[in-house]
Amino acid sequence: MPERAAPITPEEVAHVARLARLAIGDEELAGYTADLAAVLDHAADLAALDLDGVEPTAHPLPLRNVDRPDEVRPGLRRDEALAGAPDVAENRYFRVPRILGDEG
Amino acid sequence: MSGPGVAEIAASVRNGGRTARDVVEEHLARIASRDPELGSFLCVTAEAARARADEIDDLVGRGRDPGPLAGVPVALKDNLCTRGVPTTCASRILEGWRPPYDATVVERLLLAGAVPVGKTNLDEFAMGSSTENSAFGPTRNPLDPSRVPGGSSGGSAAAVAAGLVPVALGSDTGGSVRQPASLCGVVGVKPTYGRVSRFGLVAFASSLDQIGPITRTVDDAALALEAIWGHDPRDATSVPGRPEPLGADGEPGGPVPAEVAGLRMGIIEELTTMEGVAPSVRRAVTDAAAALEHAGAKVDTAAVPHARHALSAYYLIAPAEASSNLARYDGVRYGLRVDAPSTEEMNARTRAAGFGPEVKRRIMLGTYALSAGYYDAYYGRAQRVRTLLIRDFDAAYGCFDVLLAPTSPTVAFPLGSRTDDVLAMYGSDRCTIPSNLAGHPAVSVPWGRGEDDLPVGVQVLAPALGEAVMFRVAKVIEEAAP
Repeated sequence: MPERAAPITPEEVAHVARLARLAIGDEELAGYTADLAAVLDHAADLAALDLDGVEPTAHPLPLRNVDRPDEVRPGLRRDEALAGAPDVAENRYFRVPRILGDEG
Repeated sequence: MSGPGVAEIAASVRNGGRTARDVVEEHLARIASRDPELGSFLCVTAEAARARADEIDDLVGRGRDPGPLAGVPVALKDNLCTRGVPTTCASRILEGWRPPYDATVVERLLLAGAVPVGKTNLDEFAMGSSTENSAFGPTRNPLDPSRVPGGSSGGSAAAVAAGLVPVALGSDTGGSVRQPASLCGVVGVKPTYGRVSRFGLVAFASSLDQIGPITRTVDDAALALEAIWGHDPRDATSVPGRPEPLGADGEPGGPVPAEVAGLRMGIIEELTTMEGVAPSVRRAVTDAAAALEHAGAKVDTAAVPHARHALSAYYLIAPAEASSNLARYDGVRYGLRVDAPSTEEMNARTRAAGFGPEVKRRIMLGTYALSAGYYDAYYGRAQRVRTLLIRDFDAAYGCFDVLLAPTSPTVAFPLGSRTDDVLAMYGSDRCTIPSNLAGHPAVSVPWGRGEDDLPVGVQVLAPALGEAVMFRVAKVIEEAAP
């Protein structure tokens, strides 16, 4: 960290919103920028700690590679899996708007 | 106000002294009269509850034992999947969604004879400390309806405190079971990470989330926990093996023994003396410690130096994990969709319309903490601090059997008083977060009243899989409490 990291800017928040697929209006940016800046500033206490040689902890359990037998078992039926979808095609597919290109 | 507890109901239904139907009607009537004011339930499944109670009575009538929770009404936080019953996470993005399966904890409650009566309110996706972040309106504290019940499991805690149900399940990612239990004057347990299956719990922060019970007594919490815990092959983070029962002589279902003679206990200095801890809360911890000493425990001060940094680490780690987990709400497979000409635009508009401000804030914070150029500085650094905190706990548990701390730094606060100040709200969790980062169990037990005659909770922390000793200490605190 950046001992005194530069404060997060509205442009960076707009970029992060795009990465996170959140349509954030320009009028909302200032508020979110201030909130994120406050939390990141609070986290500046971590910058002062000596963390050289300390391994990161991703997960508190000493479990590794949890396997199960590779057996065929019943799962969700197709109609159950599709039942909550906003748009379905032919009772088989999740339907989404066009992904590639503007016009065919 | 409170009504019968878990043990009392199960005993009377099992021995035929009272029908499950009668029990459920009593509780549905309490919900109907009190919940319009409190708003603790998002959905009450009255007809299904009556049908389920009749099944239990039928089993008893045929001489069969319905199980250790026979006829016990339970409420479920609305981030636990219930087959065919709406599960919203208090979010517009999941409004109207009905899961095609039950969470493992729901299956296990049913197997134990319990009667689900509905789904409780929460901060949207369990992100919050007051239940004010619900898209469907806040829950009020039954002891003072102008105050919050805490959160995020505020609906569950309020429902138990008001006597609407004897037990409710919550989920605890940074204190979301213990803090509302403390603010509502009831018992709340966060078990060891992996102790209770999370299959069917809607994910928030996967390295921290754990399900736990909220009840009015320590014995009731033990009964509920014994019904839901244990290994589940459907949750890859589930701890293998069979947990040690919580009753006397290692028996399940029995009362928890109030025995602490010879146990070594440490008051966590950093959490008890930190700025912002109310005088009544600090006094509760020292008074409870004195009572434990009187009961034969040896009490001293414990150092967990990195507990001071837990809040900062948590508010990078939890949002980072949330930003990944909540990517699944894309308007494709379930929930809300806002139409747009392209899929990317549909995703962005759907998520903007479906998520509330706190969820968006955390998704953006987490995305930032994980993004190129900032990963090492924020997320990576927080994970290293997590390691140091765990080392502190390991050292402390070399000297102590359990640790003591406040649960919430303050009593219940007025609705609206922290909603405009992100850091003030996040600070509500500063004493509970260390257990989540370490994956350790902890319980909040009521200890009298503090400022404005509102309840105060004392927290007992134990090493991983140390629930049995933790419950014994909790039982002594409960018996000694003013």
